[in-house]
Amino acid sequence: MRMNLAALQEKLLAVARERPPADHVPYAFEKRVMARLASAKPEDLWSMWGSALWRGAAACLTVAVLLTVFAFAQEQASSATNLSQVYDSTVSTAADQLTDSW
Amino acid sequence: MDRSDADLIAAVLGGDTASFEPLIIKYSPRVFATARRYARRESEVEDIVQEVWSKAFHKLNSFRAEAPFEHWLMRMAVRTCFDFLRSHQRNREQTFTELTDSEHDWLERFAVAPADRSGDAAAARLLVERLMEQLSPSARLIITLLELEDRSVKEISQLTGWSIPLVKVRAFRARAQMKKCLAKIGREKYV
Repeated sequence: MRMNLAALQEKLLAVARERPPADHVPYAFEKRVMARLASAKPEDLWSMWGSALWRGAAACLTVAVLLTVFAFAQEQASSATNLSQVYDSTVSTAADQLTDSW
Repeated sequence: MDRSDADLIAAVLGGDTASFEPLIIKYSPRVFATARRYARRESEVEDIVQEVWSKAFHKLNSFRAEAPFEHWLMRMAVRTCFDFLRSHQRNREQTFTELTDSEHDWLERFAVAPADRSGDAAAARLLVERLMEQLSPSARLIITLLELEDRSVKEISQLTGWSIPLVKVRAFRARAQMKKCLAKIGREKYV
């Protein structure tokens, strides 16, 4: 027996909408939160500075790697151009020599 | 005399940490109700809500009184719930052969008489929970906000920080994901 999936979806969502989740708060919850806030270590400026430096170093390394890849790619492209030029000059030289020898 | 939210916030920012407690007492019910949509275990719910309040306390100096404190807090709550979903992604490939007898009965009854409203609501809610657990975190968040809480795309964009086009795309994908999960029920149960 096939089910109408769209109707099934609508019905399930309607059931979920009918009864929203409970909003009761556990006993003394606010005391636990205040205790947690009181025991949290104060922000250490030096460790914040250190983590900012690490993030900066990671960004610089990424830029360096990208530039290296770009430079390498440029070099490959220019050496490929040189190869084609060498090929052209070789072939044309050979052709000139053949012409001269006739 | 009750102090207003603005007075309490000003006091906390001025160094009076104790003034934060009335805010926790006032808004925790709403935050707990939100967290209970995304976590099953009560211990996880309490962890999420504690995390929300911890973030709210440490970022209180970024609160601009352009909108009510509750809106700012609920944005934080939704984003914390989303982070929870992402960090607790379980293996979502559970099959629907693990359904309880009451869930099977509910589906049988639906297949025979879809319009019948007298079915076991508890079984239906269990099915919804299973379905939601199968969704990706963003799909689950969108379906919860859009379909269950009946929020507009603009509100969802403000709560999540996603752009409006992104909310629409994710809503479309979420509905498709949900249909795919339901189709799985059809295949596993009736093929």
